[in-house]
Amino acid sequence: MSTENAYEALAEAHDDARWAFGTSFDDPLAGVDTTVPSGVDGDDLHAYCLMLGDDALIASHRLQEWCTNAPELEDEVALANIALDLLGQARLLLARAGERGEDYHAFFRDEQEFRNVRLVEPAGGDFGYLIAWLLVFTSWRLALLQRLESSRDPVLAAVAAKGVKEMTYHRDYAARWAVRLGDGTEYSHDRMRAGFEAVWPLVDELFTPHPIERRMAEHGVGVDPATVRAEFDDVLARVLDAATLELPEIPALAGVSGKTGRHGVHTEAMGYLLAELQSIARAHPEAIW
Amino acid sequence: MVTALADARAVAETVTDPELPMLTLADLGVLRDVSEVDDRVVVSITPTYTGCPAMEVMRADLDRALRDAGYRNVEIRTVLHPPWSTDWITDAGKRKLAEAGIAPPGVAPARAGGPVPLTLGPSVHRVRCPRCGSPDTEEISRFSATACKALRRCRACQEPFEQFKEI
Repeated sequence: MSTENAYEALAEAHDDARWAFGTSFDDPLAGVDTTVPSGVDGDDLHAYCLMLGDDALIASHRLQEWCTNAPELEDEVALANIALDLLGQARLLLARAGERGEDYHAFFRDEQEFRNVRLVEPAGGDFGYLIAWLLVFTSWRLALLQRLESSRDPVLAAVAAKGVKEMTYHRDYAARWAVRLGDGTEYSHDRMRAGFEAVWPLVDELFTPHPIERRMAEHGVGVDPATVRAEFDDVLARVLDAATLELPEIPALAGVSGKTGRHGVHTEAMGYLLAELQSIARAHPEAIW
Repeated sequence: MVTALADARAVAETVTDPELPMLTLADLGVLRDVSEVDDRVVVSITPTYTGCPAMEVMRADLDRALRDAGYRNVEIRTVLHPPWSTDWITDAGKRKLAEAGIAPPGVAPARAGGPVPLTLGPSVHRVRCPRCGSPDTEEISRFSATACKALRRCRACQEPFEQFKEI
């Protein structure tokens, strides 16, 4: 019963003149039980979902920037697929983050309202940096999601169970490139080392728990990121060893009065990123997506 | 009512996947349940991948198919848990994939609890070329034109092909 053209089917389902942007974003949690688990503070749960959702949204945006810019077609496709999986996680998590819904959270919050770690913010452009960045991000997030599979929140547990399967492929992709480049030519080795050195100042922040993350962990809903450091270190050590690279020794980038991404304090890159990410939605606030 | 329920299920089972039109949503294991609650049809589907953009089209196709069959009160629900696995693709679905030149998935990797193992080497499992049947194939990329497929090449007949990757 499918129509010839996928867009016709969508246009039929949305008989609305404002529908103009090529896809329809219904509530991704339609028909999913979204009751907050007993004993859990709803505001805390929403804030926690924003943190995890913003990490995925901003990382996905940076990966999308590689579309038409990757060195090989296969990598272009791989990066776009990884970006799409993360965007899917972001949609579910931002929908879970409160009544106002995913579009509001993605497009109509200001910079200081975003709760992503600063790691996901810097502009890319260098393939060595991209691979180091992706390995760090996926190793950290995969370890978090694997623990979130047993979350008391059914939505978080479901997003995690799905995400673990997908991110296993993402991490392997980054790890195998890191080994190929690190254990490649002298030139590729240097580029890969420079990538890890550039990314390293934002690594410690990943394992510094925000009070909301601690509370969510105490309630069996979230994960204290400090608890995944050992697993992360083990994965990175194994990849770097195979890549004939050393673990960088570069101090962490300090926050502002101890505040970092999880508090809404971001790097300079974040403002530019949001300006692009949000521009169309803000120019057409009545549009239906 | 029992007859009507069977009909609704039969109608839902005719709806095909927008990206893989040779397969129905039932073949793919995406169609989880069809039931009638208080005089309306409730269809439950599960996404193959979290970000799968085909979900909206699947919902619209199911909705229209059931309305065309005379059901006026149709609800399409998303089921997130348990997560979809390629193990849910039916034998008929796997056969149709192979006939369309897409190597069907093997058994999805079982995972015990604890940290997810890292794989630094190439994938070791054998995949047969859907064109010439040779087992002498190699992986080109674990990602392909859609999230669910990997790209491979047959060393016997030299043809590239897609494989539905195990998840």
